[in-house]
This record gives sequence, structure tokens and C-alpha cells, in this order.
Amino acid sequence: MNAAFLSPPAAAAVSGTDLLLWVAVPYVCLSVFVVGHVWRYRQDQFGWTTRTSQLLEHRWLRWGSPLFHLGAFMVIAGHVVGLAVPGSWTEAVGISEHAYHTTAVWAGSVAGVAMIAGLGMLCARRLLNRTVRLGTDRSDKLLFPLLSATVLLGITATAAHNVFGAGYDYRSTVSVWFRGLFVLQPQPEAMIGAPLLFQLHALTAFLLFAAWPFTRLVHVWSAPVGYLVRPYLVYRRRAAPSAAPGRRRSVSGSR
Amino acid sequence: MRVMAQIAMVMNLDKCIGCHTCSVTCKQTWTNRTGVEYAWFNNVETKPGVGYPRRYEDQEHWKGGWMLDRRGRLVLRSGGRAKRLLSLFSNPDLPSIEDYYEPVTYDYDNLVNAPAGKDMPVARPRSALTGEPTAITWGANWEDGLGGAPENAGGDPNLTGAWAEKVKFEFEQTFLFHLPRLCEHCLNPACVSACPSGALYKRVEDGIVLVDQDRCRGWRMCVTACPYKKVYVNHVTGKAEKCTFCFPRIEAGQPTVCSETCVGRLRYLGLLLYDADRVGEAAATPDEKDLLDAQRGVFLDPRDPDVIAAARGAGIPEDWLAAARRSPVYDLVVRYEVALPLHPEYRTLPMVWYVPPLSPVLDAVDAAGGNQDDPDHVFAAVTRLRIPLEYLAELFSAGDADVVAGVLMKLTALRSYMRERALGEDGDEAVLKAVGLTAREATDLHRLLAVAKYEDRYVVPAAHKEDAAALTAMEERCPVESSGEPAEAGGRRVMLGIPTLRRTTTGGHA
Repeated sequence: MNAAFLSPPAAAAVSGTDLLLWVAVPYVCLSVFVVGHVWRYRQDQFGWTTRTSQLLEHRWLRWGSPLFHLGAFMVIAGHVVGLAVPGSWTEAVGISEHAYHTTAVWAGSVAGVAMIAGLGMLCARRLLNRTVRLGTDRSDKLLFPLLSATVLLGITATAAHNVFGAGYDYRSTVSVWFRGLFVLQPQPEAMIGAPLLFQLHALTAFLLFAAWPFTRLVHVWSAPVGYLVRPYLVYRRRAAPSAAPGRRRSVSGSR
Repeated sequence: MRVMAQIAMVMNLDKCIGCHTCSVTCKQTWTNRTGVEYAWFNNVETKPGVGYPRRYEDQEHWKGGWMLDRRGRLVLRSGGRAKRLLSLFSNPDLPSIEDYYEPVTYDYDNLVNAPAGKDMPVARPRSALTGEPTAITWGANWEDGLGGAPENAGGDPNLTGAWAEKVKFEFEQTFLFHLPRLCEHCLNPACVSACPSGALYKRVEDGIVLVDQDRCRGWRMCVTACPYKKVYVNHVTGKAEKCTFCFPRIEAGQPTVCSETCVGRLRYLGLLLYDADRVGEAAATPDEKDLLDAQRGVFLDPRDPDVIAAARGAGIPEDWLAAARRSPVYDLVVRYEVALPLHPEYRTLPMVWYVPPLSPVLDAVDAAGGNQDDPDHVFAAVTRLRIPLEYLAELFSAGDADVVAGVLMKLTALRSYMRERALGEDGDEAVLKAVGLTAREATDLHRLLAVAKYEDRYVVPAAHKEDAAALTAMEERCPVESSGEPAEAGGRRVMLGIPTLRRTTTGGHA
């Protein structure tokens, strides 16, 4: 393992709380994420859906949903770059720290604002439209606040520290801690000095990962890219014995 | 040649009295569940009328079915693959619940729980979506018998062109007929082609188009792509549902529920053999008016030795081939050519065909001062029917009135000939000859259309014993399992056939 890749920024005292928050919680959440998905996929194909409510309300959705989804794609792409790619790599290909941050702040702001605006509209229709509100199940009641909190904390942290503030180089702290989790060399000390907003954002994000398999977010993994190359007509033989399992009860169908 | 078998339907519209028994029995069988209150796998429309959902035939607006692009290639009207994926987040061409209607239930509690008073308690309508009192302003069958036609029926998308001026909605000047509709189980299904998940499929054995509920991810593209708007979104499960052609009954050799319960005995079920290799080519026929012949050209003669050999090679069992030879659908569609598809211009090659309505023709002869027994007078009257040929042509032959006139004249000749025979005369075979029928064929066709015995109308071969294991596996689950809410542990659920899910006001679980 490359030493620079994982270099701890500073030797700080790591308390039990820090270990709990920055090692135990992330690993528990990621385990739930993985095991939960396997379980849900095997047990609940019938509940594995976007749970579309466009039939009931389409005026807010017309704008809110594309804004949210396209914003989310950009935000996710930004996180992949920001968290997974070490600063030394981008500098190696000639992108200066300043250029990187300017781009990240600008693109991130656009994406974040689109995502916030879209999510706001989606939340608004869910709360204000009675038919949609009544169609909201328990998993949605968990998902919408958790997702909103994560997104709001994220954009607040960026705004407070990097747009209006002096600038905070999360790539040398948060990103190091995040990468450490995945190479099984957790570095909780990297997270201790991070501003509170970044810490809260990271924690809610991991809670979101834990909730993911039990909510409608599972539809993310069914993004139908295979449709681009599939033949138009689908013929199937009558169900073979092995392909006809009894229908299982929906996990998130209760309300 | 790739031979496939399809179980198909023909409806004789002359006999439809618009009783809606098919719709009601279908609903009780398949869609009396929460989430599909508004879904009618089978509905009966009054024509002229806007249909259900409103103006569904306006494909400029709803973008259903296929069309030819500038290079003559067959493309979905709602757009290509990339456009479809880009509209996943918000489908711009999806009908909203207002285009169907707001489903309601009634406040039956009030009938028994209202305090004593001077007035009879009433059961007020409540929205099944919000649980609140609501006014009923539209329904799946709002225009029954031309109800509200002066205000609404002018919106019928088929009333285009100069001839439409002739269609009047004043009493004694108007016309109507009933059009029962269900999923067409098309040879070239647009819903299947539009499904991003590949959850919709056409069964190889019997051509029934189904939604795999475990694979549907709720992308709702099928609803847009179906030009007949016969795929519905279950707003509780978030998945697509559609007419199943009552496949559990078909597999057992029984007719569909809508056919079984049809009091007018106007439905026919039977096998058609077709060449799957020629489907795409037929659907891409350049001129819309040639689509009818192109589709007939895809069907194969079950008596042709080459076809039989190819069908055996494709694994179609002998009793199915025998059933294909006895198929009333083959007789009506191919042999006598009296049945026509609904909107062939959608290019989906639909498999529920219709014998167009003829009823008032003899009245029209009398009204014109003609002789009912004189074929020339009768044929002339066909073109002066109160139901304009152009209107029927918009529905059944992509606007080609000659096709509809040909069918109606055939039916008229048959009626005239059989009338003479029934009155003890020999019958004038010249009339038959004019429409290309022999006396023997006329007797057969008359038996099929007018006598219409149960065993002649429904020739449904059961699914095969070799597949018994698969069928048993299917039987283990209940196809109409209650949706959404799992039963509470220990609590007994009372199934009342009315939504419990949305009713927060009357106790129970919300």
C-alpha cells in the first residue's frame, strides 16, 4: 500500500467515541448495506421498484424529479472524485490544488442546488399532495428526512467552508478516513479535526447507506442501461418450474 | 418460417348490447384490489365517444404504438431507446389519474350508523385515493349509451375529416354501438418493446403478453407505449398490471372470464398460427392501408402440410395443431375475412379482432324505399348506413372505407341469403357469389356467427401435460393476493372488496 495514499495528517489522540463514530458506525452501516441488499434482492423482488407516484401527481414531479436525479448524478460523481482520488493523483496529472477546488466548488454548487431544489419539490409534493402523502410508506418516512438531512448538511458544509469560508481541504482529512475504511486500515484520527458539518454529513451519509436496502433507493441498482442494447421484442417460455417461486411479501409495502 | 401459436379473440359487434358483464366479471376477478381501482382490463366503450382513458386514440398526444421514421424504419412513437431512458425521471407522455377518473367508494357506514333523524341516511361517495368526500365527475363508462354525447363525444379522435360533419349527436339523428376492449396481445407489442426492465414479455406458447411482477421496476414506459392504454400502473405497488387473457383459465382449456360471461355470446376464442419471422416486416408496411393485408399475411394456414411440418419442428403439440384447424378465429379472420383489427395503423399487429356492426341495414333499405330481398338494394343501403363507413374505417381499417364496406356487404349477403332459406325458399346464390361465398360456406359462417354454439365459439386447447410441473408451481400462489398491506399478525382481515388501505377515518389500521 502506498504510504502517501494513506498518510495520517496528524497524530492525534483517538478516544473511544471517535472509534465508535469513525470506525464502528461506518462498518456496521456498510455491513447492513451489503447484507441488507442481498437479503432484499433474494426475498423481495416484488417490492423492488421505484414506487412511482407520477400517476397521482405529475406537475411537481415534472420538474422536481429530473432536477433531483440529474443533480444527484453530478453530486455522486463529484463525491467519487473527491473521496476516492487522492490529491497527489490529480496534481500528478497537472491539476493544481487551486484549480481543483475552484472547479469542485462551482460544479458542486450547481449540482447541489439542483439536487436541493429537486428534492425540495419532491418533499413538497409528498407533504402537500394528499394522494401522494397517503401513498407514503414507513420506509419513505425514514428515507426522505434522512436523505434531506444528508444533502442539506453536505451543501451547508460546502457553503460555509468552501464557498463563503476560508476553504477547507477535506481531501487531506475526510477523504483519507473514507478511503481507509475500504482498504481495511481505518484512520479515525483523520476525521477528528474535521469541522462539525463535515462530520455530521459523513455520519448521516453512513446512516443513509444502512437504510438504503430497505427503501425505494434500491431502484438505483436497477437502472435499465441494458435496454440500450436489448432486442425490442421479448419472448419467454411459460415459467419453468424453478423460475416460479412463490411470491414473497413486500418488505416496504406496509404503511 | 418460425411458427408460433397465439390464442386470439374475435368479437361480433352486432351482438354487443353494452351490458358490461364482461367488464364487471373481469374486474371482480382481476382488479378489485387497492391500487388498481381505476384499472379496467376489459371495458366497454360507447362509440362515438372519447373512450377510456379520455381520448386514448389521439396518438399525436399520447405517443402510443409504432410509426415509421423518415427512413421507413419501425420506431416507437414515444421515442427511441436513449430518449426513453432520459424520460425515466418524469415520463412526459403518461396519462394522469385525471385522464382516467378518481376512483371512489361509498360511505356505507353512514347507512347503519347515522343517528335517527327525519331523513334517510345516504352513502356519499368518497375518493378511494384521499378518503375524502368527492363529487363523481367522470368514470370508465361515463358516456354509456351516448350519455353526455353532445358535450363530450365530439372529442372522439376518430371524428376527423370532412365526413365527420355528418355525425350528429341529436336524438333520432345519431348512432351508437358498443366497443368492448381488452389488451390486444399484439404480435408486435409496443409495451414489451418499451419496457426498460424487460419485465413485459410475450409467451412463446400462446402469445399472451404478461408483466413479470418480480421484474417490473416501475419505470411506467409501457403505459405510454401501449396505444390502447391497456397497461395500468398499480399506484400502491408501483408496478404495471395488464390484462392477462386469464392465462390460468386458458392453460386449463377454458375461455377467458370476459368470454365465458358474455351474455351476448359475441366473443370467439381460438388459435392462430403465425410466422414470427415476418412480424417485423409486416409491422413496417409502408402504407397504413396495407397493414391489414400484411397482418393477414403473417397468419399461417393450419391445413398447409408445410406449415404443419414447421409447426411440429417448432414443438407445437398435435392437439394444438388440431385446435388451430378448428379455430373460429382463423375462420373469421382469414378464411371469411369478416373480422378486422382495431386501429391497425398503430402497427402493433393486434390480436383481438372485430366483426363490424351492421344492425340497422335492413331498416336503411326500408327507409330508402327499397326491397329487403333485393341484394342490389341491400348493398346500396350499406353505403348509406347511419353509422358512416368512414367512422368504422377509422377504427378498423386505417381509414379504408372499402374494406369495411366489403365486410358489411358480405354480412348483408349472408343475412339476405339465410333469411330466404329460413323462409323456406332456395336462396339466391348470386348474392353470395357477389361477395365470394358458396352456399356451404354461408351455412358454416351463419352457424358460427348466428347460432354460435359454445363449443364453436371457444376452441381453447389446454396447456400441455409436459408442463404440468410449471403449472403446479404457478398454482401455488394466488394471483389476486391482497396487495400492499401484509396481514397483521394475529389479526383477521375481512375482505370486503373495498379499499381498506386509504380509509384512515373508520378505525382499523391506516
